[in-house]
Amino acid sequence: MKCHLPKLYLLLSLILCGIILIFEKNISPYYYQVIVYIGINIILASSLNIINGFAGQFSLGHAGFMAAGAYTSAVITSSMHISPGSLASYPAFLFSLICAGIIASLFGLMVGIPSLRLKGDYLAITTLGFGEIIRVIIQNLDFLGAARGFTGIAKLSDFFWVFGIISILIFLVYNLINSTYGKGFLAVRDDEIAASAVGIDVTRYKVIAFVFGAFFAGIAGGLYAHFVTYINPSQFGFLRSFEIVVMVVVGGMGNIIGVIISAAILTILPEALRSIAQYRMVIYALLLVIIMLLREGEFLGGRFNIKRLWKKSPAET
Amino acid sequence: MLEIRNLHVHYGAVKALKGISLAVGSGQIVALIGANGAGKSTSLRAISGIADVSSGEIIFDGIDITNKPPHVIVFAGISHAPEGRMIFANLTTRENLEMGAYLRKDKGEIRKDIEYLFSIFPKLKERINQPGGKLSGGEQQMLAIGRALLARPKLLLLDEPSLGIAPILVKTIFQKIVEINKELQTTILLVEQNAHMALSIADYGYVMETGEIRLHAPASELAQNEEVKKAYLGM
Ligand SMILES: Nc1ncnc2c1ncn2[C@@H]1O[C@H](COP(=O)(O)OP(=O)(O)OP(=O)(O)O)[C@@H](O)[C@H]1O
Ligand SMILES: [Mg+2]
Repeated sequence: MKCHLPKLYLLLSLILCGIILIFEKNISPYYYQVIVYIGINIILASSLNIINGFAGQFSLGHAGFMAAGAYTSAVITSSMHISPGSLASYPAFLFSLICAGIIASLFGLMVGIPSLRLKGDYLAITTLGFGEIIRVIIQNLDFLGAARGFTGIAKLSDFFWVFGIISILIFLVYNLINSTYGKGFLAVRDDEIAASAVGIDVTRYKVIAFVFGAFFAGIAGGLYAHFVTYINPSQFGFLRSFEIVVMVVVGGMGNIIGVIISAAILTILPEALRSIAQYRMVIYALLLVIIMLLREGEFLGGRFNIKRLWKKSPAET
Repeated sequence: MLEIRNLHVHYGAVKALKGISLAVGSGQIVALIGANGAGKSTSLRAISGIADVSSGEIIFDGIDITNKPPHVIVFAGISHAPEGRMIFANLTTRENLEMGAYLRKDKGEIRKDIEYLFSIFPKLKERINQPGGKLSGGEQQMLAIGRALLARPKLLLLDEPSLGIAPILVKTIFQKIVEINKELQTTILLVEQNAHMALSIADYGYVMETGEIRLHAPASELAQNEEVKKAYLGM
């Protein structure tokens, strides 16, 4: 089953792409938007999964990387006056996304370095603070629109861009994690001392995880900016980071498929609960608690187990 | 092969090593014994680069490796099976072993070495696809030793390989250590609480006390030493 996963994913996404292509004109803009949001959240959650799940560095600053990418790409395409649909728009958008990734990964590098000295809660707080710093800086930069936000971004991203990037990301992550080099991340997460004792350069792995994760968060930011066409700093607050962390935790830290599924479900859930607007957040929170109780195991997890509701966890017994 | 001169290590204000000197000759098994907190594990950690050295020198094969990063030291040929069998709980037995060969590129040889290791520790073969965290204490110990061996070290640092092992298995573990030493020509620096066993397989022994080397002599002599007998052999 394990080795068929990438092929299965590729097949499914091809089918999905086909369906969307045929029905693109018929899908209501609302559903289309939800689908794109799912995709963007999959990129965000999967990229955070590299940092939190694989390398075991608890980071709460993902929205900061996303913001860095969103603004970078928005500035680039806006200064080039790209009009959607023109032939030049495709390479220009791709270029802006790559720049978004690079700038975000530079920030990733900056956060990755304190992570070498900090652990657990301290690291979480530091990364949280760092994400907020990025946001506050943007809020005070007039050429980025400050608190008013950045308007008039060309609508360049669509379903195909988003799912194309997902495919690349999943392909990379999957191959990485099944290589000896990539297993180094899991080793670092399990035990840093043992990892260095077998010759793993722990420092390098942690920094790479942050750089790689931030790169894709930056791209997700770029995709987002060019889909909503208007961004402002408040869209990238710590609640955003928190949402992404929840997706990773619910999907199972380090579980590639689990995180994709949970990103999709947790994007749809609040939308589906719109009809009962008042109780929406209450139910959302309640469902989160139930999902966490039902989940079994952390790493090999993602399997649902009803018994978990009344049985004690192995750690407690 | 390994020479330590006047080594000092501090953990913050705690002086764990206060100027120890010792030597390990090529092909030997050298035992390092002493009470809890004497600084045995710290000595190994300093050699493998996990603990910071504040002064002194560690020379391996004529090269100064003091305060080099751990991965450089592994590459130089020193492999450390840390105290408390820090295996990778979420990786399978096989993956744990493969991680031991992390710096090696010779895939075919690695596979052979894993097979060889299974001939030493058949129990591990039965657990090959189980996550390391689900192995029993003794199996984890074998895995920790095996993982350290897969780096094909010239010098193997073993920290309390008998810790938490059933008495009946302790003997086996020590037999395996001798086997590794003889068949693979791996030099071994062995830290042990079980002084009796350690001295029975070692060529040379050092006795540590509160961060210092108290005594050192050929292992057979140490085993006869009255002081050692009283303090560490319970006689
Ligand atoms: N990480 C650490 N931080 C602070 N002090 C430490 C640390 N590790 C060890 N020490 C202290 O350093 C001294 C030597 O510890 P070490 O672990 O080397 O002893 P040991 O001889 O291996 O003991 P044992 O037989 O119990 O394993 C002890 O006093 C211990 O309290
Ligand atoms: Mg010790």
